Amino acid sequence: MDLHFTADEPTASEVEAVDAVLGAADSRWFGGQRVDRSEAQTSESGHRTAGRRHLLLPVLHAIHGRVGWISRGALNYACKRLDVPPAEAYGVATFYDMFSLEQAPPVVARVCDDIACQAKGAGDLCAGIEKVMGPAGGGQVSRCGWVRSPCLGQCERAPAVLVTASGERPWASVIAPATAQTVEAACSEDSQTDSPQVRDSVPQAGQASLQLLRRVGSPDAQSLADYRSDGGLRAWELALEQGPEWVIEQVERSNLVGRGGAAFPTGRKWRAVAQASGPKYVVCNADESEPGTFKDRVLMEGDPFAVVEAIMIAAFATGSQRAYVYVRGEYPDATERMRYAIAELESAGLLERACPIEIRRGAGAYICGEETALFNSIEGFRGEPRNKPPYPTDSGLFGRPTLVNNVETLANILRILQQGGAAFAAVGTERSSGPKLFCLSGHVAMPGVYEVPFGATVRELIELAGGVSGTGRLQAVLVGGAAGAFLGPDELDAPFTFEGMRAVGATVGSAVVMPFDDSVDLGAVLLRIAEFFRDESCGQCVPCRVGTVRQEELLERLRSGQPIGTLDHEHRLLREVSQVMRDASICGLGHTAASAVDSALERFPIFQEATR
Amino acid sequence: MSDQSLADAPDLTVPVPPGPVPSAPVRERRPEVELSVDGQLVSVPEGSTLLDACRQCEIDTPTLCYVETLTPVNVCRVCVVELEGSRTLVPACSRKAEPGMEIRTDTERVRLSRRMVLEFLASSTDVTQSPELCGYMESYGADPERYGERDAQAESKTQPVKVDNELYVRDYAKCVLCYKCVEACGEDAQNTFAIAVAGRGFDAHIATEFDVSLPESACVYCGNCIGVCPTGALVFKAEHDLRERGEWDASRQESTDTICPYCGVGCTLSVQTQDNQIVKVTSPLDQEVTSGNLCIKGRFGWQFTTGPSETSDDVAADGE
Ligand SMILES: Cc1cc2nc3c(=O)[nH]c(=O)nc-3n(C[C@H](O)[C@H](O)[C@H](O)COP(=O)(O)O)c2cc1C
Ligand code: SF4
Ligand code: SF4
Ligand code: SF4
Ligand code: FES
Ligand code: FES
Repeated sequence: MDLHFTADEPTASEVEAVDAVLGAADSRWFGGQRVDRSEAQTSESGHRTAGRRHLLLPVLHAIHGRVGWISRGALNYACKRLDVPPAEAYGVATFYDMFSLEQAPPVVARVCDDIACQAKGAGDLCAGIEKVMGPAGGGQVSRCGWVRSPCLGQCERAPAVLVTASGERPWASVIAPATAQTVEAACSEDSQTDSPQVRDSVPQAGQASLQLLRRVGSPDAQSLADYRSDGGLRAWELALEQGPEWVIEQVERSNLVGRGGAAFPTGRKWRAVAQASGPKYVVCNADESEPGTFKDRVLMEGDPFAVVEAIMIAAFATGSQRAYVYVRGEYPDATERMRYAIAELESAGLLERACPIEIRRGAGAYICGEETALFNSIEGFRGEPRNKPPYPTDSGLFGRPTLVNNVETLANILRILQQGGAAFAAVGTERSSGPKLFCLSGHVAMPGVYEVPFGATVRELIELAGGVSGTGRLQAVLVGGAAGAFLGPDELDAPFTFEGMRAVGATVGSAVVMPFDDSVDLGAVLLRIAEFFRDESCGQCVPCRVGTVRQEELLERLRSGQPIGTLDHEHRLLREVSQVMRDASICGLGHTAASAVDSALERFPIFQEATR
Repeated sequence: MSDQSLADAPDLTVPVPPGPVPSAPVRERRPEVELSVDGQLVSVPEGSTLLDACRQCEIDTPTLCYVETLTPVNVCRVCVVELEGSRTLVPACSRKAEPGMEIRTDTERVRLSRRMVLEFLASSTDVTQSPELCGYMESYGADPERYGERDAQAESKTQPVKVDNELYVRDYAKCVLCYKCVEACGEDAQNTFAIAVAGRGFDAHIATEFDVSLPESACVYCGNCIGVCPTGALVFKAEHDLRERGEWDASRQESTDTICPYCGVGCTLSVQTQDNQIVKVTSPLDQEVTSGNLCIKGRFGWQFTTGPSETSDDVAADGE
């Protein structure tokens, strides 16, 4: 490709950052040994056809980590090294929230103002931070700034803040629960604080009945030797002994259904990819960005070896060449622990019979959790979902058959192989098998991740978490996530299973259970959800790109009591906006962008009067 | 010596040896796929889209982001149809026909989605120079006024026209983000990759890197992006200037097809003139040589017909 560049040159540190990922350029722009293994464990073998464009996102991360923003010169240099047109690289860089294309302060606090944190004082936190650090988005000249952020996946410790710092040794810390003072201190001292303990996110920790969460919080979770002596790698060894066909049969028999939201039978995917020929891939979807969801983070932080072991099994059973773990950019601790676990297993020679495993970091885009958007993101393109069909099992990453599974789905594989698929299927209900993780946050006494066999009702889950907190009087529960639905206090006896949720017009989604007490302004919650989808729409298709904006404006008009024409007219318009998004959008984001709002308007008397 | 070699030379009039005249291999007939469209059974060659099937049934199906010469991106969703068994509607322009499919194109659901898509576009974009889109809005009864102040929220609408060279201007307030120009500039035609989609969601827009001006960018002024733009967001500077002065008058215009004089490729040009002045040059999309694409010379190299110009040379040199 004959590329054209502006005259802007990179600085020495920008060159250093790019070279750290790509190796020094040995000719004018090409080649070089790759040296830095920390910015994404990346490698180039296996997909020569795709060129080196798949290294674009890791390179952008490296630049951003080093200098805190992406300058023209830096982008030019990255493009020359990777042979990517600068206009396209600009399109990619501007897709992600965590990248700044203008000079930005080296230390940035991302303050969550999403729904779970709102219920726990995010509003006051933002006001407090504004007082000590100035207005959001400002701070061009100062050392630190702050921005508002959608859910950071730390809802059980709300209100949550993620501080990221660039420099020679970039770092990121989670502060949760946060106060204006702790945030300001972390920013101005530019020093990494210890992240909260993952054990505190699992109130059931230590209970004998736990399967998926059994090891979370045990002090030895970070050592391969301890993992082994605690029964780790048993499932991997079984897989090696019994062979791929046996593994896939067990998964099929288990009736395991994906835990990432789309509820697809896992065995069917494994079978399809195993049967495909030629190069193929495994992708572990760890982009967890659905508001109210933090179970995958807890698994990766609390038992990283188990997740990697499951990926090894998946690669072995499907005969895949390479596996990727796509971790959301806002999860520094999960990324670090997964990286360490992979490195340990690799140096013990255990990946040889599986395949190389690479970590890729997202950079702040909810849509990249959608499987085909995720493929585009890894490949170095904008994270825009692809039209389906073709499905990933036929044409996924790099156009090859790909097995993509959620972190929790994979974690179940170890149990399935150890107990046998049939025994696993016997747990839970007939159509929802196995143990299940639920994310409880908002107004519950003991927020956290809970594990129970499928079948528990919404009420039982709330009680498990100590009941409704705040005023103690329940107004509504959001189930499934922002793409899920609200239930009223009279619907709590619905079992939180695939079939049970369907019966009340909801979905399991990412197993969010977020109660709101009666002091909460539900209209404000709906507006925040609408804002979330407006911000996170990839912008590709018209129904979602414009529909999410129109939905938000409409709710704003209804809330402020300034409808255009009659209320009836506005409600009809809202229904039509909702329908076109559901019917005509490309992907699940658009399809579900109105579900929570619709479900709330159906159940609660909000926005029924012209003035509030 | 020379005589000798002449005598040895083969006789140029030797007749072609008799024998079988090679004929083109018989083209294998593509197997047909049978499906029903609005209750009517149709048979289309394998690999055809639902749009092909609709067209075969002479069902008028609106399209905006689709054009025969580019890979379908299926982003506008104005072509959606109902497919039996599918939870959502499907885009006719890119969904492949499969045996036994049952398609419906004129249901309440389809009409609502098409109308909403058109309303959404017209409420956030200046569509006045897209007769096609305005026509669809008529037939689907789209009413963009329902969303209030037309440009209250639409940043895209309020941005100024980008006039940064003498050949063509970019008025992204008219852009519906159909991705056609990006495809034409990139993989599907020009392979220059001067423009791409940047930003996300409602802020998504067509841009060069860091929004630099065209002369600073990789643009080679082939104008292939202009050729595919459905909304008048990309127009010849000549057209833009005439419109600015209120002198653009379609009724005074003629289009003449000719062959580009510059090189041996022989691209077909459709030269549009107003009052005997060239205002626009395109090439027919269904033209075998060009598929609608031209280079800077054929597209813009007609200044000589109107006398010397001080500026066009610089820009052309820059683009080379
Ligand atoms: C907008 C959107 C966001 C998604 N985000 C995630 C995510 O963060 N993690 C995840 O595992 N699946 C996510 N999914 C679902 C994936 O597309 C895919 O179905 C899933 O990763 C498949 O794995 P599973 O079968 O194990 O559930 C998302 C889907 C959509 C439409
Ligand atoms: S539905 Fe939304 S997120 Fe999905 S492709 Fe369309 S614009 Fe992008
Ligand atoms: S004129 Fe040609 S090169 Fe320039 S942006 Fe348009 S398509 Fe690309
Ligand atoms: S400028 Fe024209 S061709 Fe390009 S995306 Fe916009 S409307 Fe489509
Ligand atoms: S971390 Fe704030 S809502 Fe999830
Ligand atoms: S024409 Fe089919 S989606 Fe645009």
